[in-house]
Amino acid sequence: MKKKQMIPGILGVILLFVIIVCSIFAPILAPSNPYAVDMTQTLMPPSRQHLMGTDILGRDMLSRILYGGRSSMLIALAATAASMLIGMMIGTLSAYYGGLVDEVLMVILNIFQGLPGTSLMIAIAGIMGSSMKSLMIALVITSWTGFARIVRTEVLKLKTENFIEGLKCLGASNGTIIRKHVIPNMKGNTIVLFATRMGRCILSIAALSFLGLGVQPPTPDWSVMISDARMNFRSSPHLIIIPGLCMFLLLLSINLIGDMLRDIFDKKTGEAGGYQ
Amino acid sequence: MIRYTGKRFISVIPVIIGISIIAFMLGLITPGDPAAMALGRDGVSQVTPQLLENKRQELGLDQPGLIQYLNWAKKAIKGDLGKSYVDHTSVSGEILRRLPVTLTLSGYTMLLVCVFGLLFGVYSAAYLNRIPDVIMKFIMNLLMAFPAFWLGIILIIVFGENLKLLPTNGIDGISSFILPSVTLASANIAMTGRLMRSSMLEEFGKQYMLAADAKGIRRTQILLFHALPNAMLPVITYLGSCLGGILGGSAVIETIFSLPGIGSYVLEAIHARDYPIIQGYVLFMGVVYVIISLGIDLLCALLNPKMRLGGKA
Repeated sequence: MKKKQMIPGILGVILLFVIIVCSIFAPILAPSNPYAVDMTQTLMPPSRQHLMGTDILGRDMLSRILYGGRSSMLIALAATAASMLIGMMIGTLSAYYGGLVDEVLMVILNIFQGLPGTSLMIAIAGIMGSSMKSLMIALVITSWTGFARIVRTEVLKLKTENFIEGLKCLGASNGTIIRKHVIPNMKGNTIVLFATRMGRCILSIAALSFLGLGVQPPTPDWSVMISDARMNFRSSPHLIIIPGLCMFLLLLSINLIGDMLRDIFDKKTGEAGGYQ
Repeated sequence: MIRYTGKRFISVIPVIIGISIIAFMLGLITPGDPAAMALGRDGVSQVTPQLLENKRQELGLDQPGLIQYLNWAKKAIKGDLGKSYVDHTSVSGEILRRLPVTLTLSGYTMLLVCVFGLLFGVYSAAYLNRIPDVIMKFIMNLLMAFPAFWLGIILIIVFGENLKLLPTNGIDGISSFILPSVTLASANIAMTGRLMRSSMLEEFGKQYMLAADAKGIRRTQILLFHALPNAMLPVITYLGSCLGGILGGSAVIETIFSLPGIGSYVLEAIHARDYPIIQGYVLFMGVVYVIISLGIDLLCALLNPKMRLGGKA
């Protein structure tokens, strides 16, 4: 690959790195407690004392911004990883054993893929109440199918390869073949899908949190902050603009990295591949 | 084609059953006892076991889960999705009453996505790796990274509050749909554009393009009449799933712009813990989504004979 094509991807990596470092070291970097209410200093514009101003309860915006990406990034990571595990398991089983197993699993997969993702997510998070658990369930239910499908195709392709047949002749068990040879061989596509799904998960969490169904106040979270500041945007637009920009930069970096990974690993799938 | 259509229709049945089971189960996993909650809503303050038992019988909660599901499904097939816990209005009636708003919003959004998505994609592909392509790719990357609700609020601030050009809440003619549909369309335009671009690029690499070029056909003609129709197929499939996303995503946009659509209906229901509405919404959206994907698949099969023979292309 040409060096010039790598530039956006590398920018994405740097951006994501900065965001992650800021989130991890938020307790050290934050100038004050993100929960500390100060009713004498509400809705202050950016100043030397509060570099990004304060919100309606007088909490320091900079501290809240630094903490604000933590919960959604963690939940998105956990949910995507869980979806990937489930998807890989089902995809591999389905393709490797074939026959009846494949057919049954494919019917289940089709049912889940036929579900309207966003609507279902709103319903699950709404009914189960807003907690980390319901958010995770909502995300996993709607995103494991992509992994299962991609892994299944990949394993079907691998199954016909000579080296797998050779391994069978040598007497390797199915479990060993799957663990040591099939799974390591399908890294590329899965990594690409992981990156795209990660971005989608963050967007979904953001939308749910904005609706009041995801991360709950007073937890500092970018989308909750945007939602909280909706009534005050005339007097202090920075309360909406800054958290939005942070989320935008996070999503941009993940998208750029996803594009780079796609260029590296698989040139065939379309650029919107992996999006449902 | 008839065989394919038949097969595709049959394959829809388990999906719809699955969706209905999931929608029904959403009602079962609710925290708390539905009978006790219903009593609370009726204004009964002293909940006795006898009252609870009666209410359970009235709501059919004393029967085993399977029977409950079958009863619910039987009614749902007839178009009866039950009654709201809060104001006892018919859920399906309310959904139908609010449907036009959501459909109008989704319709305008789809129109924007189709027009601009295709335009961006073709334009970008036509100027591959030249300045217009680089600019388009940049714009599409930006559009993809905006969270829709944030974009919506920013648009309200700029066009509604500062410039006072467009209405930002309620319905007041076609102009009320401009900002919501632009908001909902932006990320989808970018995704469609990118897919269109890469799909065009794939066609560029094929032999018939070289042949057409060798015959001396003009470049625009090759692009629009040879490459575009072939490149459209994956894009059409994508647009189908895109429409599903738009229908679901409209919930967020309807809240921001205070539009009385299905999405805002279910969000109100969630805040009021009105479960029949949520169940009805999931089932309704699921069926709509399944019908859309069925339609898109049949359309693709009609356009691409290969798909009829070999299943999914």
